[in-house]
Amino acid sequence: MFMKEEAAVRLADIAVKGRSPWADARARFARNKGAMVGLFVLSLICLFAAFGSHLTEFTYDYVDFGLMGEAAEKGAPSWSSGHYFGTDDGGRDFFARVVQASQISLAAGLIGSAVAVIIGTLYGAISGFVGGRTDQVMMRIVDILLSVPFMFVIILLLVMFGRSIWMLFLGIGMFSWLDMSRIVRGQTLSLKRREFIEAAHATGVSSGRIILRHIVPNLMGVVVVYASLLVPIMIMTESFISFLGLGVQAPLTSWGALLSEGASQMRYGTLWLLLFPLGFFVTTMFCMSFIGDGLRDALDPKDR
Amino acid sequence: MKKRLLLSTILSLSVAFPALAANPQPGEELSDNQVYTYRILDAIKSMDPQISTDVEGSDVLRSLFEGLYNEDGDGNLVPAVALSHDLSEDKLVYTFHLRPESKWSNGDPVTANDFVYSWQRLADPATASEYAWYLELGHVKNAADIIAGTTPVDQLGVKAIDDHTFEVTLDAPVPYFPKMLTHTSVFPINKAVVDKFGADWTKPENMVGNGAYTLKEHTLGEKVVMVRNPAYWDDAHTVITEINAVTINDENVALTRYDAGELDQTDVPTGQYPSLKEARPDEASSTPYSCSYTYVINLTEKGNPALQDVNVRKALSYAVDRQILVDKVLQAGQAPAYNWTHFAVNGFAMPEIDYAKWTQEDRDAKAAELLTAAGFGADNPLKIQLNYNTSEGHKKIAEAIAAMWKQKLGVELTLNNMEWKVHTDKMQAQDFEMGRYAWCGDYNEASTYLGLFTTTSGNNNGKYSNAEYDKLLDESSTAADPNVNYTAAEQLLANDMPMIPIYHYTKVRMNKTDIRGLPMNNVQQTWYAKDLYRVKQ
Amino acid sequence: MTTYIFKRLLEAIPTMLLLIIISFLLMHAAPGGPFTSEKAVPAQVLANLNAKYGLDQPLWRQVANYVWGIVAHFDFGPSFIYKDRTVNEVIAQGFPVTLQYGLASFVIAVIAGVTLGVVAALKHNTGIDYAAVATATAAHAMPNFVLAPLLVLVFTLWLGWLPGGGWEGGELKYMVMPVIALSTSFMASIARITRSSMLEVLHSNFIRTAVAKGLPMRKVILKHALKPAMMPVISYLGPAFVTMITGSVIVDMYFSTGGIGRSFVDAALNRDYSVMLGVTILVGALTILFNLVVDILYAWIDPRIRY
Repeated sequence: MFMKEEAAVRLADIAVKGRSPWADARARFARNKGAMVGLFVLSLICLFAAFGSHLTEFTYDYVDFGLMGEAAEKGAPSWSSGHYFGTDDGGRDFFARVVQASQISLAAGLIGSAVAVIIGTLYGAISGFVGGRTDQVMMRIVDILLSVPFMFVIILLLVMFGRSIWMLFLGIGMFSWLDMSRIVRGQTLSLKRREFIEAAHATGVSSGRIILRHIVPNLMGVVVVYASLLVPIMIMTESFISFLGLGVQAPLTSWGALLSEGASQMRYGTLWLLLFPLGFFVTTMFCMSFIGDGLRDALDPKDR
Repeated sequence: MKKRLLLSTILSLSVAFPALAANPQPGEELSDNQVYTYRILDAIKSMDPQISTDVEGSDVLRSLFEGLYNEDGDGNLVPAVALSHDLSEDKLVYTFHLRPESKWSNGDPVTANDFVYSWQRLADPATASEYAWYLELGHVKNAADIIAGTTPVDQLGVKAIDDHTFEVTLDAPVPYFPKMLTHTSVFPINKAVVDKFGADWTKPENMVGNGAYTLKEHTLGEKVVMVRNPAYWDDAHTVITEINAVTINDENVALTRYDAGELDQTDVPTGQYPSLKEARPDEASSTPYSCSYTYVINLTEKGNPALQDVNVRKALSYAVDRQILVDKVLQAGQAPAYNWTHFAVNGFAMPEIDYAKWTQEDRDAKAAELLTAAGFGADNPLKIQLNYNTSEGHKKIAEAIAAMWKQKLGVELTLNNMEWKVHTDKMQAQDFEMGRYAWCGDYNEASTYLGLFTTTSGNNNGKYSNAEYDKLLDESSTAADPNVNYTAAEQLLANDMPMIPIYHYTKVRMNKTDIRGLPMNNVQQTWYAKDLYRVKQ
Repeated sequence: MTTYIFKRLLEAIPTMLLLIIISFLLMHAAPGGPFTSEKAVPAQVLANLNAKYGLDQPLWRQVANYVWGIVAHFDFGPSFIYKDRTVNEVIAQGFPVTLQYGLASFVIAVIAGVTLGVVAALKHNTGIDYAAVATATAAHAMPNFVLAPLLVLVFTLWLGWLPGGGWEGGELKYMVMPVIALSTSFMASIARITRSSMLEVLHSNFIRTAVAKGLPMRKVILKHALKPAMMPVISYLGPAFVTMITGSVIVDMYFSTGGIGRSFVDAALNRDYSVMLGVTILVGALTILFNLVVDILYAWIDPRIRY
């Protein structure tokens, strides 16, 4: 991130000439094996979430009363019974439930991180670049939001607007960007004193353009990595928000809810109830992590 | 008749036995280790008997303080500070004869004035006790006006005739009044200590009690430690030397720690009772616990219009397969509920509810018939919202019932989980269609349950109102046999179905086998550490 | 710089005030109060309770009284739920606990995280790098509510090495599992951010120049690369540090540590307004303070930064 003037100027040049600066990055990304494998596996998980429900005859909420309460005895995963992932304590097909949970959790993780990337980056970059009183006010707002009891904000959203999936994403998005904005601001403070930014400033390039064309591209490395770190946090935030009643409603479920149920039963002979959601969760995190690092490498202009 | 029987039991007990205490049987050798450690779910909210409201707080307070009467392992009254009492002809004046040797932990004698002080303190608006209404419930004279602030505190119907005679005057006969006296809110406290330390009097270094133990340490969220009180009148018959109540929020971790030998008692996590009982039959126990679980239906205009039709309510109730719920979801000896009052409440005769005797097939058929007659079917499905507070157990039950109604009746039940306070607030504001509710008896008598559905009850969230029902309850307190009224009241509830009874609770625990003296048949789950002891194994 | 710090501290006062007012309004707007319970408290009793705790007064007045109590006597009021304790007592008992295991977790997370991150960056795209990233990812992806009961299972039940919970004034054997459970995911985050930042620094011209000049690698790393690479790590650590020392509800829940993390959640669920506000103020003050520390560190790392 230091001494990036060259790269940023080159990026700007490329933009001026109308050549996509992203083409090179894409090519570099495609050469990164870890990232490509991560992308491939993540796509598989997304396909699983989207179309997995067609692979089983059961729905996520169908209760087989004959299997209810006897997960440890009769619910183990088996091909012959058609319960590939077994059944849960409620007598429901666990495969169908994991499929359904994946939809909610992937959406929560991706939307939360996307909000963090977009709002957090812009907010932090503006705060750091403009500086002075604007910076102070913007950062004190972040301080307040970091300290305000989040739970009550969610409860009030529920009371005022009622439950809906959009309120869930709003709740996740509202707080996901705070740390990101602080990280981005820190980087921006350091970047804006670089000669190339001051030069751009002196030649009359507008602040907005400097932020978008010169500051933000130089921040992408840390932004991408931090965004990948946010994904599991957002997935867990979803289950907390749902706990408060704003999010998804039983019998709908999510990875966070399945994990917490599975973890509570880890000693009782129903380990599949923990391992399947944990497997999907951890695999997704690995994918995110390798994609994040791959993107970082691809977006780092020095790293060719 | 029942009442007189009870009184004579008390009187005769006080003559025949010294009181209950740890009572090792012949052939049992006491262990050298007499420390008892048990799990509590949460931090104890208050150590002040008049302020405490929670069950776990009461368990601790029963070791630190002692009221007029205690309960034995079956829920019968046994003498504590009071040896016996007389009841006046008009059934309004109780005269308690106090044990002269009862002492505070600082050596002062426990006197009738201590009871006068603590009862007045409970009613005093300045104390602002959440349990102040308990005196009102017992119809202690002037309690209601004192709580309302219109009558001075010293007008409360309590009096110290002499140091060891305590007199209580009621403004209406309350047949179960003695049973109410085991509750911690009417325990005595030491006025001198409260005056000296003010709000700090419950700190371990300041507290003075009259129980078998004194408070040594109380760390929020970690533990409570209590040690023997040598000044306790029956210290000679007390065996356990130290009690530790350890806060462990997660029941599964608590079980792990129990298995690692760190606890002598813990709760059994939902669904684990059958396997634990099979593996360790001597440790796992399930005993009736005086609480009932229900779905209350909102009968005001804010409720669901379809649920105002009694036949719809009946159809829904019939279609709940309670046997499946207790066998497959709860799995710990809970009883399917077709009536409201817990089956094991002392002296309560279970009513013969019609639909309780049908087979589930009959109930399902009847339910389908009623719902079709009410105009609901595949083309016009009944849609209901169910509110419940977020918890794994409530969710499992709600999901199972939703599936029953959907698969049998085509009813579309939407589950609305909420944070606990939001749920409670909505229930009390009649802002719900159908809501999860549970009630635990305040004392061991059926009126604590049935009073809930009277028109004036503050806990009647569905606003059920039936003049006949109110009259039955009103007359029960003076009836020769209140069970006649209770049975009729339960029949009215089954006819009007203002709520869907679901199950009666059990307390499901793991107890180390060397701990003896645990009460196994007390439906209030009242227990006293002083009655326990540990044997050598 | 001194003027700047002074200005920031002055700024903290309106910020805190705003935080208090917003939190106050949020709490009071949420349904249910401290005395809402499943067994409804009769209206008259409720009125007595509200009078005793000042909840019968207009909201602005409650805020004013509360703030005045803090400013004049450093008194955060009585707890509404733990009725024989004051907020000061609740915090005085819980905060030292979380501070201890939080600080220990912080130190471990920073040392392990930075080391892992630096090593991974130095061995970029080698097996070591992949192993480091995989370790960090696995650590980050392991939810602490899975990790915590697993630790109790392994170390208490199976191995019998450690007590399953409690605090006992912070004895080492009671601290091990809370610190592992709390530090793991922070360690992982620090490692990943350090790695990415370090890579950028290592690829910059001045490091390449230094290496080209033949300076020993160890010296280049420690003297020249590490400091600038810490920039985003420190941004992350500001709020993370506050999160760690104010405790984790999961740690307090699973290990019975009696820390402030659980008190806060308990207070929120029980609408214990005064404890809620007390902890919120503590968290707010620490957040403002440590974000100031972060800003000062920025200027130390990169002297060109001006505020």
